[in-house]
Amino acid sequence: MWTTPGKLLAKGIIGMNRRNIRYIGRYNSRRLYPLVDDKLKTKLLAEQYGITTPALIGTVSTQFGVKHIGEMLAGHTGFAIKPAKGSGGKGILVVDHVEDGGFVKPSGARLSLTDIERHASNILSGLYSLGGAPDVALIEALINFDERLSEYTYEGVPDIRVIVFRGYPVMAMMRLSTAASDGKANLHQGAVGVGLDIASGTAVRGVQFDRTRHDHPDTGHELASLQIPDWPTLLGLAAGCYEMTGLGYLGTDMVLDRDRGPMLLELNARPGLAIQMANGEGLRRRLDLVEKQPEGVSPAERVAFARRHFARHSELESTEEVAAATAG
Amino acid sequence: MSRLPFYLLVGLLLLVGVAMSLHRHYQLEVPWTPGEQRQVWEVEALVNFTAEGDPVKVNMALPSTQEGFRLLTEHTASPGYGLSFQEENGGRRAQWSTREATGSQQLFYTAQLLVAPDSRPPRIEAPPLRRDIVWERPYDTAAAQVIERAWSRSADAFTFARELIHDFGDERQGENARLLLTQFERSPLLVRLLNQAGVPAREVSGLVLEDGRRRQSLTSWIQVFDEQHWALFDPTTGEQGRPDNLLLWESSGQAVLEVQGGTNSQVTFSMLSRNQPAAAAVRNQLNEDTLLNFSIHSLPLEDQALFQTILLIPIGALVVVVLRILVGIKTSGTFMPVLIALAFIQTTLLTGLVGFLLVVAVGLVIRNYLSYLNLLLVARVTAVIITVIGIISVFSVLSYRFGLNAGLTITFFPMIILSWTIERMSILWEEEGPKEVLIQGGGSLVTAVLAYLAMNNPLVRHVTFNFLGIQLILMALILLIGNYTGYRLLELRRFKPVTED
Repeated sequence: MWTTPGKLLAKGIIGMNRRNIRYIGRYNSRRLYPLVDDKLKTKLLAEQYGITTPALIGTVSTQFGVKHIGEMLAGHTGFAIKPAKGSGGKGILVVDHVEDGGFVKPSGARLSLTDIERHASNILSGLYSLGGAPDVALIEALINFDERLSEYTYEGVPDIRVIVFRGYPVMAMMRLSTAASDGKANLHQGAVGVGLDIASGTAVRGVQFDRTRHDHPDTGHELASLQIPDWPTLLGLAAGCYEMTGLGYLGTDMVLDRDRGPMLLELNARPGLAIQMANGEGLRRRLDLVEKQPEGVSPAERVAFARRHFARHSELESTEEVAAATAG
Repeated sequence: MSRLPFYLLVGLLLLVGVAMSLHRHYQLEVPWTPGEQRQVWEVEALVNFTAEGDPVKVNMALPSTQEGFRLLTEHTASPGYGLSFQEENGGRRAQWSTREATGSQQLFYTAQLLVAPDSRPPRIEAPPLRRDIVWERPYDTAAAQVIERAWSRSADAFTFARELIHDFGDERQGENARLLLTQFERSPLLVRLLNQAGVPAREVSGLVLEDGRRRQSLTSWIQVFDEQHWALFDPTTGEQGRPDNLLLWESSGQAVLEVQGGTNSQVTFSMLSRNQPAAAAVRNQLNEDTLLNFSIHSLPLEDQALFQTILLIPIGALVVVVLRILVGIKTSGTFMPVLIALAFIQTTLLTGLVGFLLVVAVGLVIRNYLSYLNLLLVARVTAVIITVIGIISVFSVLSYRFGLNAGLTITFFPMIILSWTIERMSILWEEEGPKEVLIQGGGSLVTAVLAYLAMNNPLVRHVTFNFLGIQLILMALILLIGNYTGYRLLELRRFKPVTED
């Protein structure tokens, strides 16, 4: 049931308190938070720095504007409505396609235009924003996510979380939504977290509900063969977010689009610690190493450094191995 | 970045906090625990005299804080008289005055004195030696012989005084002593002889405190000085030292009572001892308006009661800090549990818990309906607030009808906070499911109960209210905890799977 602080320390696991004081407090200047807490600002900034983001259909900033959502959405099949200042994936409504004037969620549930309008209205009144402050609703085009990854997920779009410390991508994981997580990519809701090797973008370990997994619970597909396409590009984009925001300890959420490649979905100035569970390794050693590196290294060099130093071997067993193990 | 200034600040806060608390304890006799009983003497002095129709001035010595006793409060009752307190030659005196008075007059003075065994005696300067002592014949030779006899058998001022008094005692009374006693009163005589021998001394008046005694009068004592120290001698037995129950009423060698414009003046004393809780004894303390004595107790009683609660909030907050940072419990709203705990103090724990669960549960059901109405946030929360008020009213009336008066205290719940709690829990329910609601709601409730237990502890209440230094110590503690980078208790469970393989 319980472990000892000594064992966690030996694994290099970082706790909440250490993350807050030692990394977020020290490397993330408060003044820069609005850049990442407001998705609209992040999006506009990313455009300036040439970082790809999902296409923006429009924004709703007044209750009056809510009535015009229908016109705005005309002609778009799939879209996502998000609160600009939401946190932890709260308030994100994904519509997979439009069917006979009804809006169909990835789960198959149908929503009416009124439901969509109410959701946007809730966002504006600050229901999902930090401290209940008035907010803006963003409507983004749905990501046409890479078919190569579809076997690894159930419903929602799998996203890739990369922790970028002082511009170095230090640890990454992919979050696969499951039936248990209701299509959401939050680990504590039951999504599968797959630790990714920084060097190659291949899976090293999978966990669901903090327990090791070798396959996806719903699709049954083995995780060992998971390899992120365009991995160096993705790392490059993530590393570039350091120059873009100036935040030293950053969680970047990336997605892979079929046509446009890796895209930045959102940034998080207070990334969670579950990534350590997915990787089966603490962040401490990697962060300590990065802290010793000098400032002013270009993103490409930083990615190269990270791929050189943070390489890992997969702990996952492929289906044949499992079969062999059971046979033997 | 150096952490030195931080630790210096923490150290300073701790130091000042501890010093302030120790000062309160040792200097002002405030006990550490609330249950301690302190003995308080109530002494009443009654001045009687017959006025002759002329202007009257009455001047009486008053006791002050001294070794063994601390003066708490004093009152006078003297209708028709003007009154002023004076400080003269190191002694306090009261002066009553009136333009015209006839017949029997009575003036009252009462003092409350706290028995304080640790109270340090104030430094007393030795009185100047009297050089103008002149004896008439044949007393001069008698005095000289008495002094010489005692001197030869003594080593210092105190032993000399003892020997001298012994020589006037009944057993050893010699010719010379008897001769001198025919002419002089015993105490003034002894002081005279001591002065003659070059030992500073004076006659002081003390009151022997015995519970329930009335019409007592002061007794005479000899105070003998030996450079830095002084000692008290019983002029009849020669015994050295102050009896524990002796209150020095007048200790500057002056008259106890002086009456101008009156005759047959006398002062009698009655006294009463009672034990009272230390906290009450503290409350009666005279307010000395110095910075160090800065105390909530100088405020009117009503505001004191308010402060008693306010000063408890840091304790509740400390519980929250410990549970969140060191244990890792999730609560709904950071300090919401403290406010709930404050409400528990008013309602008592069981009633509070039942009330809280009832209000939140019913609130969640109604809030669930409100979410179908598609309202703007502020309007919806307002609707919840009104609903909460409604629920509280209904429960109050119902519990009253059923004869459960405890139910009425439900009104002490902070309604706005409860409404936000309901709103947040409802959203949590929709987004994360009932499990998370139970975790956060349970966490909040556990925190609130622990905060309540800490805040409702009599010792904690006593200490926070009576020692403001505790607030600085709490501050230092919270600063230190805010610096903690180690694991939280619950993280030892959360991260366990990682360490398994």
